[in-house]
Amino acid sequence: MKLYFKYVSMLLKSQMQYKASFIMTALGQFLVSFTAFLGVYFMFSRFHFVNGFAFSEILICFSIVLMAFSITECFVRGFDVFPRLIQSGNLDRILVRPRGEIFQVLTSNIDFSRVGRLLQSILMLAYAIPKSEIVWTFDKIMTVVLMLIGGMAVFASLFVLYAGISFFTIEGLEFMNIFTDGSREFGKYPLSIYGEGVLKFLTYVIPIALFQYYPFLYLIGRSDNIGLIFLPFLGFVFMIPCYCFFKFGLRKYKSTGS
Amino acid sequence: MIELKNINKTFKVAKRNAGFSEAVKALFKKEYTYIHALQDVSFTIGDGEMVGYIGPNGAGKSSTIKIMSGILTPDSGECIINGRTPWKDRISHVKDIGVVFGQRSQLWWDVPVIDSFELIRDIYKVEDTEYKKTLSRLIELLNISEIVRTPARQLSLGQRMRCEIAASLLHGPKILFLDEPTIGLDAVSKIAVREFIKTINRENKTTVILTTHDMQDIEALTERILMIGKGRILLDGSLTELKTRNSTHKTLTVDYSGEKLPVSEHMTVAKDMGGHAEIIIDTAFLTVSQAISHISSMVEVKDISVTGETVDEMVVSLYKEFEI
Repeated sequence: MKLYFKYVSMLLKSQMQYKASFIMTALGQFLVSFTAFLGVYFMFSRFHFVNGFAFSEILICFSIVLMAFSITECFVRGFDVFPRLIQSGNLDRILVRPRGEIFQVLTSNIDFSRVGRLLQSILMLAYAIPKSEIVWTFDKIMTVVLMLIGGMAVFASLFVLYAGISFFTIEGLEFMNIFTDGSREFGKYPLSIYGEGVLKFLTYVIPIALFQYYPFLYLIGRSDNIGLIFLPFLGFVFMIPCYCFFKFGLRKYKSTGS
Repeated sequence: MIELKNINKTFKVAKRNAGFSEAVKALFKKEYTYIHALQDVSFTIGDGEMVGYIGPNGAGKSSTIKIMSGILTPDSGECIINGRTPWKDRISHVKDIGVVFGQRSQLWWDVPVIDSFELIRDIYKVEDTEYKKTLSRLIELLNISEIVRTPARQLSLGQRMRCEIAASLLHGPKILFLDEPTIGLDAVSKIAVREFIKTINRENKTTVILTTHDMQDIEALTERILMIGKGRILLDGSLTELKTRNSTHKTLTVDYSGEKLPVSEHMTVAKDMGGHAEIIIDTAFLTVSQAISHISSMVEVKDISVTGETVDEMVVSLYKEFEI
């Protein structure tokens, strides 16, 4: 763990070498997610409810998903740009160092400029909380925290899965972005608005609904079932197959390499 | 102790012909060719040895290095390094080895080199006192005290290479793999790097395995050479052995004044421009001194030089001999 922070400070130092670039990127991140916010805002100035959800409720949902995503993208960036790691041969360097592969990929890249997106999500949450009618009792706060943690687990797993696939394709696969960047985008709205089929898919196959939709129902008082707030933990279960797949890819790399 | 026994490695390579329609076809049905990168490679390298590993591009040098450093798993065969199989016991194995890939950096690009060194110390869990001792020695030997506080991206290639080598020795590895360490370096840096490798091999008893295309490296550094071509070990022996085996001829370049150059048996005149001549002598029958005394007894010699076959030429003739 100490070593992890050393890596963090090293990468921070590196990125601070290019301050202008850092600030511009962070600003860009902020603006991009701000336009997404505007999209939701203008839609709600037309329709006051979407599938029965009010504006402030949607904003809470959106900001939690965005927050989980931007934190994950910042710290799991190494897996997001994993194809580069293979192409540049830096994976070989990782393999000749006496530390775990996952740890070293994580520390190969941390993208602090994602703080722009994070800031946006914090602002949005701060804006939505007083507007909503949620009474912030302990269990509601816990729900938000668990949604965040579960969200990070699922997004991280998706990045690892993506990296695992690039062992076979060398190039990254654009379609995987449907599940990473895509789930950030359609995760803006509670997943039930997309219909029963999509919700089932996002519950049992790619378990985004587990940290987004179900605990969210409890959060806004649509459901009284307190058990829902623990569903995000199932997101951690999703890590297992993704991790195994990555390991499988790594074994394949070791036998073809080059 | 490094022991490789019957290592085989085959790569599957997709192939297609040029052209757009072929590219579309390849989307659906791929044809593969199999490249035998390594075939029955076996050798043993003892502790403290320094071995030059040579061969043309694509011969399998890098694959062998990658297998020995645990990056690749061979299809079959055995590789035991200090009692461990690299690809099975990766983490404990790599603590014992240092690897320098001449064409890739292991330093963090944007931070001073010394910061990279410190992170490497933590990655390898090197004790602090040990680290300080090793570091000051490496800095002195490689003459990098003035550049360790510079970010790696601002270093010249020669400076960077010296830092790379230092970085891979910070944890005191027993074995050092150098994959083309002098590639692209100027004469001064090359000599500095060679001197250093020699010192570390002599004083720390570090086993050094060096791949290179620069025959001067081989000449300056290694007693033993391993030659690989088309995935097979073709030659395993000492450099002097190779020299005596291959060079039975020496060339005398003579500047002289006088009449026509006299030649005796086993001497052939390759070139005679009246005053300047090149004579090839067959050293199996005639020693160099005999030849010189014979020539100088007949004409007045102004200048004379003796050249044997260079290692470069020897290697080229070996490649020809093995048809690789």
